[in-house]
Amino acid sequence: MLIDKKHIGMKVPPHAVTPTAWQLKWFAKATGETNPLYFDEAAARKAGLPGVLVPPTFFFCMDMDKDEPFDYIATMGCDFGKMLHGEQIFTYHKPVYSGDTLDFDGQVTDIYDKKNGALQFIVKDVKVSRQGEAVCDLRTVIVIRA
Amino acid sequence: MTIPNFDAINVGDEIPSLTTEPVSRLTLALYATGSGDHHPLHLDQDYVRSKGMKDVFAHGMLGMAYLGRLLTQWVPQEAIRTFGVRFTAITWIGESMVCTGKVVEKLEQNGEKCVRLELTCANEQGEAKHKADAVVALA
Repeated sequence: MLIDKKHIGMKVPPHAVTPTAWQLKWFAKATGETNPLYFDEAAARKAGLPGVLVPPTFFFCMDMDKDEPFDYIATMGCDFGKMLHGEQIFTYHKPVYSGDTLDFDGQVTDIYDKKNGALQFIVKDVKVSRQGEAVCDLRTVIVIRA
Repeated sequence: MTIPNFDAINVGDEIPSLTTEPVSRLTLALYATGSGDHHPLHLDQDYVRSKGMKDVFAHGMLGMAYLGRLLTQWVPQEAIRTFGVRFTAITWIGESMVCTGKVVEKLEQNGEKCVRLELTCANEQGEAKHKADAVVALA
């Protein structure tokens, strides 16, 4: 069944996240990061930074950091078991550090299909800001298999 | 770390590659902690077998994080303007990821001298797992 295109424009409930040095340390360990600016608060401060650097893809983790990160997919009546992460795009405006409070404000901006509906695509765009200043934009493309 | 000079970079240039340790179950447990993504597909072998799959597999965003490291070992992070990835294949336990990138375009964007890079995250047999591109501002 094709997803109703009336969902284009659906707002995702906004949320706020304050990344911690503790979690970023584990993210750095998991990804094999060797640059201490990403996991050592003392080294980051010595380099003049207000906290450890939030790495490029961590914005996705923060966007997911809410009780029901896929509630917008559920609203469309899609089966979570058929859901794949198709594409992820980031546009960066300002560096972000541990301790910054970030606001995530998202919206479904497109729904389309390929192969006669065998693959459907849901595009969500999220604007991330810090005290009203844009720091990053995310585009997440979710694929729903028939 | 210094930002490379735009005039010294040519289309076709490759940036220094990055090869990771083999992805292990521990890697995926650590990534679950660091990312907050505890989906059983990446952690629970009993669950994945009940779904008819042979084993747990890596989070797609782990591969993108490796590509992020490929970029930030070449330039400071604040030089990255855009970074996008298409997830094309699954990464299995035991596979090392080989991340490579090359310059495909020199461009001016919003008054900045930039390069567009094509990035690939593949296993050691050369099977591409993720294809990505990035625009980076140079000096």
